[in-house]
Amino acid sequence: MPRDAEIRLRDRLSRLGGLDLLRGARLSGELERLQRQLDRIEAEPTDEEIWRSVELARHQNRPYTLDYVNRIFEDFFELHGDRGRGDDAALVTGLGQLEGRTVAIVGHQKGRDLKERTTRNFGMAYPEGYRKAVRVMELADRHGFPLVSLVDTPGAYPGVAAEQHGQGGAIARCQAAMARLGVPTVACIIGEGGSGGAVAIALADRVLMQENAIYSVISPEGCAAILWRDAGEARKAAAAFKPDAAHCLELGVIDGIVPEPEGGAQGNHDEAARLLAAALADSLEELEDVPRRELRAARREKFRSMGVLA
Amino acid sequence: MARIDVSIEHKHAPPEPPAKKHPNTCPGCGSHYRDDELEAALRVCRQCGYHFPVKARERIGQLVDPMSFEEQAEDLRSADPLEFFDLRAYKERLAEAELATGLGDAMVIGSATIETQPCELAVMDFSFMGGSMGSVTGEKFARACEHAAEAGVPLVSVSASGGARMQEGILALMQLPKTVVAVEELHEARCALISVLAHPTTGGLLASFASLGDVLLAEPGALMSFAGPRVVAQTTREKLPDDFGLAESNLRFGHVDAIVPRPELRMTLARLLRLFGSD
Repeated sequence: MPRDAEIRLRDRLSRLGGLDLLRGARLSGELERLQRQLDRIEAEPTDEEIWRSVELARHQNRPYTLDYVNRIFEDFFELHGDRGRGDDAALVTGLGQLEGRTVAIVGHQKGRDLKERTTRNFGMAYPEGYRKAVRVMELADRHGFPLVSLVDTPGAYPGVAAEQHGQGGAIARCQAAMARLGVPTVACIIGEGGSGGAVAIALADRVLMQENAIYSVISPEGCAAILWRDAGEARKAAAAFKPDAAHCLELGVIDGIVPEPEGGAQGNHDEAARLLAAALADSLEELEDVPRRELRAARREKFRSMGVLA
Repeated sequence: MARIDVSIEHKHAPPEPPAKKHPNTCPGCGSHYRDDELEAALRVCRQCGYHFPVKARERIGQLVDPMSFEEQAEDLRSADPLEFFDLRAYKERLAEAELATGLGDAMVIGSATIETQPCELAVMDFSFMGGSMGSVTGEKFARACEHAAEAGVPLVSVSASGGARMQEGILALMQLPKTVVAVEELHEARCALISVLAHPTTGGLLASFASLGDVLLAEPGALMSFAGPRVVAQTTREKLPDDFGLAESNLRFGHVDAIVPRPELRMTLARLLRLFGSD
């Protein structure tokens, strides 16, 4: 039985296949990408493949937000601080140029060595981080800059101070801010898309996911600890809630999968960045001429319809 | 000197777990109530003021004018798109929860009047799978927003939930943005959301619609935190303050407008409905 996502992809594939080379290599890239997505959907990932995604999504050499930003955007200028309380290094924001257009960027940032990991708090943002993101989103809206958000977090930071500073409310308001934007927005999950801390910056017109990224309601360990009463059962938990890109696409949660270099993004940062840049540029181009109101209405409609009822 | 092996003394059956307290015994002071007494007291302990949990339909009965509640979307039921199976099948857990609570899911919505003020209600029930938010909960909340906007009345939500429903995986997480966009549409229709936070309102609930009320009211002693105390203690190894995440601490840090004891909730809501309804 063909699934919705499969039908959608086949449809796009046939339309693209019938076109002459309008945009040179990009089109063949797009065709190839869709064909690959279709192959992935047809071949349902096994439990082992799902767990491989979990491991690759957390690979210590996987490119992080700033690795991509420095390769993809020209003249990146980082913006600091939430204008209230502090600057959260676990969530970076700034302005840069993509194909000659200024865009605003928000993204979780992990660290590579011990010192940087501590500074970046392992990519787990405080409310200050989400408030900084809101500030930059509103800036983007004011000036008509499209917004790119890169998601890579195990989750929002669960700490006493984070709660006292209003973690839940900050995440809710960050989503609300995205629901109000009148500019094109593209989010891509580039590693771990962990729960509320991830979706906070992913209420976008186009939500993409890298091939080996994961997007989930809870970490496999957390789920195992609660439902299996044993954090060691993380593999079973991951196999049960299916956080991999192919399943997210099938469930209609994301709009497309961004291919990674053979073996995973950790092996070739430059190539991974090139593939991501192409996907971001394509998505933004699709949204370029949509009027503000329509953009917002379609975005809301998309998220309004999320879920499966009996 | 040879050691004496005393291990045999420990080989008896493990000690019996402490008997589970009766649900009508107050965890605060140990007072015990008959069910009808407790119901008449709005499930608040007369000795120490502890607020017992209230089921959705009983809560509605406490708040609205008699006979004014008209339920909506009663027949919505969860699907099981992931065919989720942990120690038991999700479908089985759903069926059991429905049997135990008489509810189709963890939220009841409908229209009503409170002291003759018309409003829409969205009330959660913690006894249905920990009040967890899945596709049906999100859909019901979104419909409640739409009904309120259509009728031009405020929406009163009462949350009691551990967060997103793990058994629905990523789709449960998507109920956060879903309910957030529903609130945005409600606000654009110039209707108010009054969010009442009962114990507990944690995780995905606090990170979505429950925090987006125009007014936030909390019940005394309600836990309202994004991460639960156990997770915070385990992750950070910090010593938690005694009032960690409680309504009282949230009031101090500026995250709620007021703490309203249950006997005053109906009156307080009526006041707010009048204030928001006067234009």
